[in-house]
Amino acid sequence: MSDLPDYTQRLGEPVLSLRGISKNFGAVSALTDIELDVHAGEVVALVGDNGAGKSTLVKILAGVHQPSSGVIRFNGQEVALGSPADALNLGIATVFQDLALCENLDVVANIYLGREQEPWRLDEVAMEVRAWTLLNELSARIPSVREPVASLSGGQRQTVAIARSLLLEPKLIMLDEPTAALGVAQTAEVLNLIERVRARGLGVIMISHNMEDVRAVADRIVVLRLGRNSGVFTPEDSNHELVAAITGASENAVSRRMNRKQASEAMQ
Amino acid sequence: MSQLDQVKSETPPQALDRSDVRVRHDEGIRGTVRAFIDRVRSGDLGMLPVAVGLVVISAVFTALNPVYLAPNNLVNLLFDCATVGIISLGIVCVLMLGEIDLSVGSTSGLASALFGSLWVTQGWPLGFALIAALVAGVVIGSLYALLYNRLGMPSFVATLAGLLALLGLQLYILGNAGSINLPYQSPLVMFGQILMMPKWLSHALGVLPGIFTILVGMRVIRRRREANLSAGGMAGLLFKAAVLTAVIEGVVYYLNLGRGVPWMFGLFVALVIIMDYAFTRTKWGRSMQAVGGNKEAARRAGINVRRIYASAFILCSSFAALGGVLAASRLASSSQQAGTGDVNLNAIAAAVIGGTSLFGGRGSAYSALLGIIVIQAIANGLTLLNLSSSLRYMITGAVLAIAVIVDSLARRSRASHGRA
Repeated sequence: MSDLPDYTQRLGEPVLSLRGISKNFGAVSALTDIELDVHAGEVVALVGDNGAGKSTLVKILAGVHQPSSGVIRFNGQEVALGSPADALNLGIATVFQDLALCENLDVVANIYLGREQEPWRLDEVAMEVRAWTLLNELSARIPSVREPVASLSGGQRQTVAIARSLLLEPKLIMLDEPTAALGVAQTAEVLNLIERVRARGLGVIMISHNMEDVRAVADRIVVLRLGRNSGVFTPEDSNHELVAAITGASENAVSRRMNRKQASEAMQ
Repeated sequence: MSQLDQVKSETPPQALDRSDVRVRHDEGIRGTVRAFIDRVRSGDLGMLPVAVGLVVISAVFTALNPVYLAPNNLVNLLFDCATVGIISLGIVCVLMLGEIDLSVGSTSGLASALFGSLWVTQGWPLGFALIAALVAGVVIGSLYALLYNRLGMPSFVATLAGLLALLGLQLYILGNAGSINLPYQSPLVMFGQILMMPKWLSHALGVLPGIFTILVGMRVIRRRREANLSAGGMAGLLFKAAVLTAVIEGVVYYLNLGRGVPWMFGLFVALVIIMDYAFTRTKWGRSMQAVGGNKEAARRAGINVRRIYASAFILCSSFAALGGVLAASRLASSSQQAGTGDVNLNAIAAAVIGGTSLFGGRGSAYSALLGIIVIQAIANGLTLLNLSSSLRYMITGAVLAIAVIVDSLARRSRASHGRA
């Protein structure tokens, strides 16, 4: 955790900045005093055990839930995210875990769903050009944008969902478990995609259970535990520290193996 | 525009949509045939069941009674197609969302009774009576939409209840007399029974689809080339337009050997074309398909799902009401029998036979046109054979069952071929 301050200073003003965000559902405090910064061109991984509050946080940022207290700053301005439309209009796009694509429609129709221009005379050519442009910027490999989404693989669907979220040119994109349902090759494809989104200068929040994936692309790893911040790490930090932050226990299988390993190394 | 410029200035060596080498791109007439066979094998049947069905039906009935294919019999057939076909057009709207309206028959019967009673018994002007009947359709559709959207009542149950309630209302309006005769000399009854297009006009209108195909197709090809997308050649376009024009002009010529092309069928075709445009080229149509395919995805995309449901139910009931009024004009009477019997099932079966899925998300306005021609071809043939209605019901029921089986099998095949 040593080189973090330098790193954040280098990135300048954050795109998104949360201070003291809390969310109560009745007697349950799902989130307490959450702090989170995301900069342009940065991938922040949000990790934590089940019930740590990751999904609640994402829903607050997507405008689905409203925080009980706390301040959300977007581009330096204090904002209220009252509805999903508010979040979208500000430039916060969310790719939910179930991608919410219409399998019977083709790729172009899915990318433009609900945002068609010229409602009385759909311009298929312009929409197809824009769809290809988006997909090519992501170096995506989609065989045809005129096939129904049902014929695409899981990774390709994830690509379509991400391309769809980029249509409105957001400044921040949130990916909820983008690799959970994917195979090895497709996971690699999606991780490449995340790097390309970052290269476009977007802030990325990625939720994942998979430490390998998180280490592969994240610039910073924010750990939540029981609805509270439980530390900020870099991919270089050891698995042992991460697991300790996630579980809250320094004594566990990972740390024991680590200790044995260090002990045996010391012996040699 | 800036996007277009950007793409153009990069000028990749290949078309934008042809860079993936894994995909076979079927081009030329041979490619078109190959793509068609692939589509059918994966369960995307399109117009195939209709074409096969019509050939089989006309062969069988002509063998049994040569009058079947006589021009004037086909003219009668088209008159019958128009009334139930318009009802079926509304059914396509609700089926597209994976819902159903089982009360279209009763709605059409009620509209015909209301129309007859207001126009003949109460002495309203024809236009007002017609509008009142259509408004009744809108009200019924709004009621179903309300029950569905606000109370979560399945459309199947709501419309089943409506079937009985509306039939009761129809009987109440008609009272003890049980039927109202419409004046034979009125323009509406003439429209429903004898008005034909002039020969020259029917031929002229028959050329229009081909011309539009070429004009629209050329514009699309030009724009796609400008945008560096692959575009089909002119040859295929001209071929398509030629076949279309030849078929239409052939049919028109044959009908003109008899009484001609009924204006009422012309109205039906015009409505089909309007609805096809609405389904395929408007945001509303895209939203309909999206809601039918994945309601939750549509909601998250910002589509007002309730409004889409409401529009479908209202359109369906309104088309049913219009069909009811036209059926009354066809028979020159509003009676207790209007809209009962097989009207419901024929309208639903027509949409399904034409290729609209019962499971939502797939459908086209043309399925109402093609499907109703198949249904009426069977009904007309059975009438010519002087079969009892017991047999006719059984045969029509079997045809509906077969249509739904074909739909289910095709759907399963599409799923296993990854085509939704």
